[in-house]
Amino acid sequence: MPLRLLKYGLSRDYPVSGDIPATPDLKPSYDVVIVGGGGHGLACAHHLSKYHGISSVAVIEKGYLAGGNTARNTTTIRSNYITPEGIAFYKEAVELFEGLSQELDFNVMFSQRGQLTLAHTEATLRSFHSRAEMGKHLGTRTEVVDQKMVEELVPSLNMDYGGALEILGGLWHEDGGTARHDAVAWGYAAQASRRGVEIHQRTEVEGFEVVGDRVQSVKTSRGRIACGQVLIATGGMNYDVALMAGVELPIRCYPLQAMVTQPLKPWLHTLVSSVSLHTYLVQSSRGEIVIGGGSDPYQLYSTRSTLDMKEHLAEGAVHLFPFLQGVRLLRQWAGITDMTPDYSPIMGASPLQNLWLDCGWGTWGFKATPVAGKRMAETIAKGRVPDLLKPFALERFETFRLLNEMGATAASH
Amino acid sequence: MKILTCPMNGPRNIDEFQSFGPVRAEPDPDRTADADWSRHLFRAENRKGIVVEWWRHVPSNYFFLAERDLVTNEVLRTFDASERWAHP
Ligand SMILES: Cc1cc2nc3c(=O)[nH]c(=O)nc-3n(C[C@H](O)[C@H](O)[C@H](O)COP(=O)(O)OP(=O)(O)OC[C@H]3O[C@@H](n4cnc5c(N)ncnc54)[C@H](O)[C@@H]3O)c2cc1C
Repeated sequence: MPLRLLKYGLSRDYPVSGDIPATPDLKPSYDVVIVGGGGHGLACAHHLSKYHGISSVAVIEKGYLAGGNTARNTTTIRSNYITPEGIAFYKEAVELFEGLSQELDFNVMFSQRGQLTLAHTEATLRSFHSRAEMGKHLGTRTEVVDQKMVEELVPSLNMDYGGALEILGGLWHEDGGTARHDAVAWGYAAQASRRGVEIHQRTEVEGFEVVGDRVQSVKTSRGRIACGQVLIATGGMNYDVALMAGVELPIRCYPLQAMVTQPLKPWLHTLVSSVSLHTYLVQSSRGEIVIGGGSDPYQLYSTRSTLDMKEHLAEGAVHLFPFLQGVRLLRQWAGITDMTPDYSPIMGASPLQNLWLDCGWGTWGFKATPVAGKRMAETIAKGRVPDLLKPFALERFETFRLLNEMGATAASH
Repeated sequence: MKILTCPMNGPRNIDEFQSFGPVRAEPDPDRTADADWSRHLFRAENRKGIVVEWWRHVPSNYFFLAERDLVTNEVLRTFDASERWAHP
């Protein structure tokens, strides 16, 4: 990887490689049909073809490659969750990101700069202590830091000493970082298509033909295809698509909004997040300040932004870094997120024998792209859910074994 | 700014309201199996289309119902809960 980059950098003509083939004709049947060509679907296709010898795979994408939430997220990668099951899962997510550029032979620009979550109240600080202890116990780098340390980590922060939003301390997560979201999807797509996976863009899944407890075929806007196994990985449309197979998921759709400022000189090294202000910031490698926050206040299938949410994000950002007040916004957008009641994903089996779920990724699923792809591929290939994924089964809602991660997801990243 | 029409207070800034999500059937505690409790607790209407949902006007603490399109976000009407459940 580094050698190839060096060669490319020294070349005269910067050769462009067409890594992802144009959409081919649909075949009558595939061993595995993956619904949704976002990061998750593509990662699963990569793992199926590279590690399990299954290359009769079609990824069916209704729009363009990775144009859903993979294109819209703010790229926070971290493992400082609350439940042991959650931490163990996201820890593997971070570890896979650490080696992802090598794995894909594609620079995903993983930048492990650390994430600092701020506490403005004693109650938040107490919750940080329990998160830090659980994190350390499971081998992640997470610790509670005091005011002095916060100032050292991010000298430009407004500490608001004596004010209503005084920063009392923080949760410092050295494993946290970011990666380039598009590169992650493209890297997986390029690898998968090199091994025979077909990526069908502008092809919409419109229904499933279910016979008994199996999906017999998938109805698409370009025709019907027979399938061995089916994976649903359609991001914000997971509820809608699963319902086509008669599976009603405990999911509600909420828009999540984000925005970026004009590029600035590098000044913000770490990722900074405030639970109380529902705002988080990260400086991208282009210098733009990416600003995200909490979900919209009510259910909606719409990717339109609203002025009040954008004002709220701006308010939080300017409170933390007052000198941002004169900086202009460059772009703003929203994505539809598939929110679960406990803020944890739904992975594994469905009530149908050959239909698998990679759903409920809500506002937190980008970081899980490699691990979900790897583990869902293993699940499909072996027909058995690995231990790491078992706690995330759909049945947990029937057995009341929820994995409550709300407190680690209040600022949605 | 978005306006929502409260059946009691008239048109107000949407910031004054809080959403409480789609109306769900109330299970009978004596006769409900675990699976139905789970359904009641964790599943809510999320189909693309019109939902009937609870809202609260926060300053007056008044709860009412709205019919809203989950795709276009158009509020078709708002009304007092007594219209749906006639009290004896
Ligand atoms: C504003 C915002 C910020 C976020 N920030 C973060 C963050 O900082 N960190 C983090 O970890 N996560 C974050 N997330 C969440 C993250 O983006 C998602 O959970 C993740 O990208 C989901 O990936 P996916 O591949 O499952 O879904 P997607 O990338 O949404 O891909 C699903 C694909 O399925 C396709 N599809 C849908 N319906 C059909 C159909 N009927 N037929 C065929 N194809 C269909 C869609 O077109 C889409 O391309 C954020 C989300 C948003 C919206």
